[in-house]
Amino acid sequence: MNLHEYQAKQILRSGNITTPRGIAAASADAAVEAAGELGGDAWVVKAQIHAGGRGKVGGVKVVKRLDDVRAMAESLLGKPLLTNQNAPDGQPVNLVLVEETLPIARELYLSLLVDRETERVAIVASAAGGMDIEDVAHATPEKVLTETCDPLLGVQDFQCRALAFALELKGEAYKDFCHLLPQLYRVFIANDLSLLEINPLVVTADNRVLPLDCKMSVDDNALYRRKALSELRDDSQIDAKEAAANAVNVNYVALSGNIGCMVNGAGLAMATMDLIQLEGGTPANFLDVGGGATPETVAQGFKIILLDPNVRAVLINIFGGIVRCDVIAAGIIQAVKEVGVKVPVVVRLEGTNAELGRKLLAESGLAIIAAASLTDAAKQAVVAAQ
Amino acid sequence: MSILVNKDTRVICQGFTGKQGSFHSEQAIAYGTRMVGGVTPGKGGQTNLGLPVFNTVRDAVRQTGASATMIYVPAAFAADSILEAADAGIEVIVCITEGIPVLDMLNVKAALRANGAMLIGPNCPGIITSGECKIGIMPGVIHQKGKIGIVSRSGTLTYEAVHQTTQLGLGQSTCVGIGGDPIKGLDFIDCLEMFEDDPQTEAVILVGEIGGSREEEAAEYIRSSMRKPVAAYIAGRTAPKGKRMGHAGAIIAGSAGTADAKIRALEVAGVVVAQSPAGLGEAVQQALAAR
Repeated sequence: MNLHEYQAKQILRSGNITTPRGIAAASADAAVEAAGELGGDAWVVKAQIHAGGRGKVGGVKVVKRLDDVRAMAESLLGKPLLTNQNAPDGQPVNLVLVEETLPIARELYLSLLVDRETERVAIVASAAGGMDIEDVAHATPEKVLTETCDPLLGVQDFQCRALAFALELKGEAYKDFCHLLPQLYRVFIANDLSLLEINPLVVTADNRVLPLDCKMSVDDNALYRRKALSELRDDSQIDAKEAAANAVNVNYVALSGNIGCMVNGAGLAMATMDLIQLEGGTPANFLDVGGGATPETVAQGFKIILLDPNVRAVLINIFGGIVRCDVIAAGIIQAVKEVGVKVPVVVRLEGTNAELGRKLLAESGLAIIAAASLTDAAKQAVVAAQ
Repeated sequence: MSILVNKDTRVICQGFTGKQGSFHSEQAIAYGTRMVGGVTPGKGGQTNLGLPVFNTVRDAVRQTGASATMIYVPAAFAADSILEAADAGIEVIVCITEGIPVLDMLNVKAALRANGAMLIGPNCPGIITSGECKIGIMPGVIHQKGKIGIVSRSGTLTYEAVHQTTQLGLGQSTCVGIGGDPIKGLDFIDCLEMFEDDPQTEAVILVGEIGGSREEEAAEYIRSSMRKPVAAYIAGRTAPKGKRMGHAGAIIAGSAGTADAKIRALEVAGVVVAQSPAGLGEAVQQALAAR
């Protein structure tokens, strides 16, 4: 689950980390008021969306008059902001963050993440801040520094020093950085984060280090023990169909094609998408109803798939293991009747009681196409969608 | 022969009296697995499915001589259950539970490195030696004793591979579902090494998916160290970048972890890569014939 920048900075502050002072505002009036409260003679107004690349598309601007704070807030609020990271639909801006400005000497990159290769929390830093770190890593891998942390020990002082030296920090900035890193590590662990990215981490003109931006993702699996964080969920930032799927615990990812897919198991669901493409079609979604699919989850899956107006055909691919295929077939029949499915439905059932399941579908009197095999299912769905 | 578990393996279940644990223990017993008891804290002394229930894994091991466990406890308690099993001296720990927080798994892996126990999963279908020992949620009926070893990151795709090898009369030695999480126990190479040394296994099917670089590492191992033929399928060729495809581990980050890179690496290593999961049986036949 992703958090907004203003939420991430609040979490940093509760971990005793200094950030630029800022106030989130939901209206132009509130933004002007926030600027007044912060004082000073310049402010930065930042659109709050769950995507990066805001600066390049006018989502972040420094302004010097209160009228400009208002104008900036008005231009952003209530509209979708489209960046290179959330194309093609963009995400709605419901809040802007108004912050004090700082005199910046250098921009660094810093992130903490779970590294699957070393099975540790990795700290990634670079002197090339403010840029897309993947581009930096690709073009100049030597500029990306990594330290990994023993889970029993956490980040060690020597690791902080090594990074600080490599980033050529001196004096107060060196001290700030070595103080900051263990604090960030504690925030990462205490909030079950899967990503904490600060880009840029700035060195100010008076040689202090602090996070100018902050992106956080919380491990979805840990939300059960991070109740306060789970309240920060913002469904306006994700696809409406994905939000509906989240609500009923179905794994769904919206895609741009026209064949709706419902499959049990994530691997088989991906494989089904691949097969559709191999046969010349395009999948409308990824949907995993879980290894142990039930008639109820099948019905819910149908409802979510049909929220997408682009869907011209539905392909159901179930390998019945513990769950019997006749039970799934009954669920499909019930769902098709209940939901009132208007598009062709192609079903491939395999595994326990597959024969019986196919018989039920054939005798249902509904326009359900029973496929003979996995490949046949994909072919039939592609034809049906044309 | 087979790998990791066989007809003599004494198996317990953690979360034994729960709905899932009880159901799958019953299925395991029906399959012929040598189940010797189970653990549910607070229910020690009772019996379930005619087998003793223990309060702790330590008690269960002491009284039954169990060397393998299957874990069906909820995600919030599963990491602790893995550690308890390892501490009690269990050699093969199979964790079916899905949704364990990733930071918990980092701690578990660090502890297991010191302990030496073998973990399968979490978030996996389990392990089965066909005709001998079923530890997990896979449907036993599709399996048939035979000569193909299967290692897979995906549950239902494993069933596809099993189903096809059974249909073709090849059968399976052992199938290991290593699970879809980014931080997990046994990985491809661990299983490939064991299959390479197992006399019953004549060829291996590897089922991978997008995310991470374990398939690439496996390809390098196959190229440098394996003599047995390998067939493979990689799911997620058409998955978009940056979107997590169900499994926590199935996400393409930057240019790493794409299906195409994995397929290329496997093909370079001489692996027969199926274009579709429907072609896995044929692919392994082809790999066997080419030897």
